[in-house]
Amino acid sequence: MKPEVILHSFGYLAQAAATTVAVSLAGIVFGFLIGAAVCVARVSRRVWLKRLGAAYVSVFRGVPLLVQLLFIYYFLAEYGLDVPAIVAAVGGLALSSAAFQSEILRGALNAVPRGQGEAATALGFAGLDIWRRILMPQALRISTPPLINEFILILKASSLVSVVGIAELTRVSMNIASQTYRPFEAYVGGGMFYLAINLCIAALGALAERRLAAGSGR
Amino acid sequence: MNPDLIWRYAPSLISGFGVTILCWGAGGALGLLLGFAIALLNRLPFPPLRWALRVFVEVFRGTPFLMQLFLLYAGGPSIGLKLNATTAGVLGLGLYSSAYFAEIFRAGFSAVPVGQIEAAVSIGMAPFDTMMRVVLPAALIAAVPSIVNMLIILSKETVVLSIITVPELMYQVQTMAAETFTAFDAIFAMAVFYWLLVETVSRLGSRIEARMTAFLAHEEAPA
Repeated sequence: MKPEVILHSFGYLAQAAATTVAVSLAGIVFGFLIGAAVCVARVSRRVWLKRLGAAYVSVFRGVPLLVQLLFIYYFLAEYGLDVPAIVAAVGGLALSSAAFQSEILRGALNAVPRGQGEAATALGFAGLDIWRRILMPQALRISTPPLINEFILILKASSLVSVVGIAELTRVSMNIASQTYRPFEAYVGGGMFYLAINLCIAALGALAERRLAAGSGR
Repeated sequence: MNPDLIWRYAPSLISGFGVTILCWGAGGALGLLLGFAIALLNRLPFPPLRWALRVFVEVFRGTPFLMQLFLLYAGGPSIGLKLNATTAGVLGLGLYSSAYFAEIFRAGFSAVPVGQIEAAVSIGMAPFDTMMRVVLPAALIAAVPSIVNMLIILSKETVVLSIITVPELMYQVQTMAAETFTAFDAIFAMAVFYWLLVETVSRLGSRIEARMTAFLAHEEAPA
């Protein structure tokens, strides 16, 4: 055991950790946008839209992320699309996360008391305003804790994008392992970075939850 | 996709599927056992042990499964732990899922109403009997839905074992793809296959869940 290996490659790992955070953040943001659209489709009154949304969730939750990532990667290659690997990586994370986020949002939407929407209608709010000012704020508040949990899951899942060659934390740990012939130290170092990031997100999540709870108490 | 190709690679695909199921079953069983042991040890009134278990659970839940596998498989030899890929894979699945199962069992234990335990004590049940006859049955039933859910998640994680060269299904498919230059078709077929597998397992899971918790139906209305 040589802890110096971790110290020597600290800067290298920190840089890779930044890439991991950036890739996960992009994945979660795009995933949220797609997930919101899927959620709207699932709660819509049109049957075909409902079915489409349900099929999306079933496929992207049912197929392992690694298979999805490789599929997107080879799909782009098959059709000669010359896009950088980062697109496949972020796209894969976003498409997969969207399925989980749409379910979180749908659950939150169902948790908003029915009376809220009805009261807004009775007061003469327009359809879009009911969404924007009554339902969405409450649904987002309810969905904050599970969305932060999803962020932690995506951050861990992002280690799989190392297979398409993104120099994130897992890939860089592998490189350090093969350069120093010290795999144990390299992976312990990488794992410590993941743990540190996740503890930060969890702390931020607890803070956000307290803030939001304070807001609902008015 | 060329059907001849599938035919030619059928033996390796079938053996890959067998390894996938084996890793899933063995890893899941190990995870359940370890997780249950952790949850039980957590109930002992001995704080240092509880802190150590807390750290174990947080570390295994806070780091990616792939990283844990690399540490076990590639890093193991430098601390005198030489494992072949499949053993490392099963052990990795077991350790990783045990952290989640421990939390599931903990939640199960806390779902047992205190009144039931107090009632058991007041009618003179020994602590061991209270555990075996009152706490455990209720806690296990409460944990069934989460256990089923975790086992489904675990079935998808087995794919990651291909990265450390465990000869499971994904690994065999990638070998076939590389040898025959049919990556796109092979991965597409794989996606469809896993989707069907996971759908089947989830349907089966909700059936088992419904059966095991059927007796609760008259106590609380289904959600």
